[in-house]
Amino acid sequence: MVAVPASARTVLDDQDISRALTRITHEILEKNRDADDLVLLGVPTRGVHLAQRIAAKMSQVEGRDISSGALDVTMYRDDLRLQPARSLEHTDIPDDIDGRVVVLIDDVLMSGRTIRAALDALADHGRPRAVQLAVLVDRGHRELPIRADYVGKNLPTSMEEKVKVRLAEIDAEDSVTIEAVGEGGQA
Amino acid sequence: MKHLLSAGDLSRDEAVRILDTAEELLGVARRPIKKLPTLRGRTIVNLFFEDSTRTRISFEAAAKRLSADVINFSAKGSSVSKGESLKDTALTLQAMGADAVVIRHSASGAPHRLAHSQWTRGAVVNAGDGTHEHPTQALLDAFTARKHLGGDLAGRNITIVGDVLHSRVARSNALLLNTLGANVTLVAPPTLLPVGVDAWPVQTSYDLDASLEKADAVMMLRVQAERMNAAYFPSAREYSRRYGLDVARMNRLQDHAIVMHPGPMNRGMEISADVADCERSVIVEQVTNGVAVRMAVLYLLVGGQTDDTGPDTSGSTENIHSDNEGAR
Amino acid sequence: MTTYLIRGAAVLGGDPTDLLIEDGVVRSVGRGLTADGATVVDADGLIALPGLVDLHTHLREPGREDAETVHTGAQAAARGGYTCVHAMANTDPVADTAGVVEQVWRLGRESRYCDVQPVGAVTVGLAGERLAELGAMADSAAAVRVFSDDGKCVSDAVLMRRALEYVKAFDGVIAQHAQEPRLTEGAQMNEGVLSGELGLQGWPAVAEEAIIARDVLLAEHVGSRLHVCHLSTRGSVEIVRWAKSRGIDVTAEVTPHHLLLTDELVRSYDPIYKVNPPLRTADDVQAVREGLADGTIDIVATDHAPHPMEDKECEWSAAAFGMLGLETALNIVQQTMVDTGLIGWPRVAEAMSTIPARIGRVSTHGRPVAEGEPAHLVLYDPAASRVVEPADTASLSRNTPYAGRELPGRVVATFLDGRPTVLEGELQ
Repeated sequence: MVAVPASARTVLDDQDISRALTRITHEILEKNRDADDLVLLGVPTRGVHLAQRIAAKMSQVEGRDISSGALDVTMYRDDLRLQPARSLEHTDIPDDIDGRVVVLIDDVLMSGRTIRAALDALADHGRPRAVQLAVLVDRGHRELPIRADYVGKNLPTSMEEKVKVRLAEIDAEDSVTIEAVGEGGQA
Repeated sequence: MKHLLSAGDLSRDEAVRILDTAEELLGVARRPIKKLPTLRGRTIVNLFFEDSTRTRISFEAAAKRLSADVINFSAKGSSVSKGESLKDTALTLQAMGADAVVIRHSASGAPHRLAHSQWTRGAVVNAGDGTHEHPTQALLDAFTARKHLGGDLAGRNITIVGDVLHSRVARSNALLLNTLGANVTLVAPPTLLPVGVDAWPVQTSYDLDASLEKADAVMMLRVQAERMNAAYFPSAREYSRRYGLDVARMNRLQDHAIVMHPGPMNRGMEISADVADCERSVIVEQVTNGVAVRMAVLYLLVGGQTDDTGPDTSGSTENIHSDNEGAR
Repeated sequence: MTTYLIRGAAVLGGDPTDLLIEDGVVRSVGRGLTADGATVVDADGLIALPGLVDLHTHLREPGREDAETVHTGAQAAARGGYTCVHAMANTDPVADTAGVVEQVWRLGRESRYCDVQPVGAVTVGLAGERLAELGAMADSAAAVRVFSDDGKCVSDAVLMRRALEYVKAFDGVIAQHAQEPRLTEGAQMNEGVLSGELGLQGWPAVAEEAIIARDVLLAEHVGSRLHVCHLSTRGSVEIVRWAKSRGIDVTAEVTPHHLLLTDELVRSYDPIYKVNPPLRTADDVQAVREGLADGTIDIVATDHAPHPMEDKECEWSAAAFGMLGLETALNIVQQTMVDTGLIGWPRVAEAMSTIPARIGRVSTHGRPVAEGEPAHLVLYDPAASRVVEPADTASLSRNTPYAGRELPGRVVATFLDGRPTVLEGELQ
């Protein structure tokens, strides 16, 4: 009998993503009355593109130029010794973060370890007044006491599933899919 | 990449990776907290058998900025003390748990012996061995040149002038620049070019003046005046006149061309004081870049999984999380 | 003394023959020999050669007994099929007096594993300044005929001339270690493309060739015979070939390692490959093989040079020069010269026994394998093979460059004066 291949189902299409980002943008502005105080930092790779999109939408709403930056967390990961040394991504923090509100932006939130690393990285750059977190997808399975302030979509998943985020800037399309991994597969 | 023994061992991808990593690490020097936690718990040993305060400090700063523990070992290597030299020292360091050994030695091939013997298990970084190689110098030279000349160095004309025969910097640079696609020209009197240099991936010339116009970067090598006692050239004056970079020669360079020197300089011999201090000289910047490049090398060698650390068997769900977060 | 009947040995690679050894002499040679009470040695498939004679060995005693002694060196020699070795003079004290050479000679006799023929130094203390008492050494119990400053070159032209002239009085020969000292100051490896790449000071071929060229002309001028040690380059072979064509009385030797190894091995920076003269290029290896085949190079000599491991387990420039050679010589010659079809076993016997004995004026060795001759023999199995194991040696030292390499052949038995020093591959 032929094994059933792992199948992928789309949970967010390009329109869903756009609406989610628009909502997140408004939520950020609503929560943080003063947009001047904000520093948007995306976690590479896809978080950077999401941050740029959010910054663009924010610029439209506020009627002035709002930019975003990038915060590479590679050097702060807690699992470095498990793989050969990883290549570094680009860090670009456009302004001094002391006393500002930093909004970290990432595509998927799962164990929370990436964000933990991002908080440590941030601490070596300065002392923000507050740090908030925006993610496109929260798929649960937290291993640390980390939570997102802004969530595009809550996606309960099992450990056997893989959440794949694709963004047009890199992947030629916008989508979020769930793929089952493992032999025999499951629908 | 387990060791860094020779610039010639690096593929183009490996070399570019080191340079790109160094680019990202350059910013650490400007932060309020000039430290990254990445090599915390790693022990880096500076094993310097040859005096070199500058290089040793550079490696020490690099290791400390990555939160590694640094142990400095200085020994005057001589044939008299060879009995307690390389092997015994290496065994002692291994017993102390060195994750990486940065070694500078007056004997060509000493890092190779260290890396391929069973005396130490850690990574070996060649910080200069005899007249053989000095790979991190070549990397920081390429890094500096890249920053000023834009993009990568493919197709750029780099001229290296001086005592090529005795220069490990020349060897490493010739190999690395060629790997990166640059055109290298070595300029020296015939006595200071090694037998067999025709087999190197370089052009050679005895005429400095003819090599200036097309150069995008001119790298001056230190020439010891004492070499004239072994008849490599008749006098310091003649050497300086024929092969020294003075202001007149510097003015014949293209506007964008830079002047480099690995240091320490013999002002007045291979390079005049005015040239050393002029605007197009990037000599001081080379030193700054050295720390970032050495941080990159140390990180790439011992920042990730090494032979001594295996896969973490506790919490095997670790890897799945890593794959998803950051979407890497 | 035991009588030995060697059955079915291929003498010089010829048809299987029996040899009866009695009272130190080859009593009879023929087929179907019988002898009551004789110990039979089955030599089916084995080659019989006259006991090998090494014209160039370093036994290190007196002075460096940590590396080798006359006794352990003689044992290593026996394992390699040698019945006579010439012990070079660069000991401590230097063998530049009758006293020291007689000491070495006596130690050899006491060892009983191999005849040791001491070589006398040419100059006092090997300093290259004045002649040693060559006559006294010739007249001593050691009966020195070969004189060499090996390790160093007799570079002063006048001193070399005088030495060549002086030894004519007692049929002596000067064996020159050809190395122009100024051109090789601090030299570490062959000068060429590789030395420039590796950053190791070069030892140019011309430093060897220029001395040989000078010396053959000197020998011609004063009517003396000359021996050239460990010839290693194509140019050297050509100069010796030219000299012989002019009738100059010059002989030359090549080491087994120069027949096989090239300077490519130095890439590893492992000083096990550090030797003087250095390993050369593949072209030089080809040239010395051809030279040995056509007789330009007369003999193979091991230049067996034991060194304790601390002198090799270090960085290249701090390491000592030299390699072991006695126990692998015949195997290397088989691999590089016989198995390649360049020479046959008769030429091997010439190059490793007959001619070395003649050059050294050793009358009792290098004799034909024939009735009435002294029973110095080696039985060798060319069909066997072994992977060289550094610990498997009678030498006190371990610096063999062939560790891990598979070499053909095996010395099965060595007879010295009709008495086996090695039997079934084991020291007796």
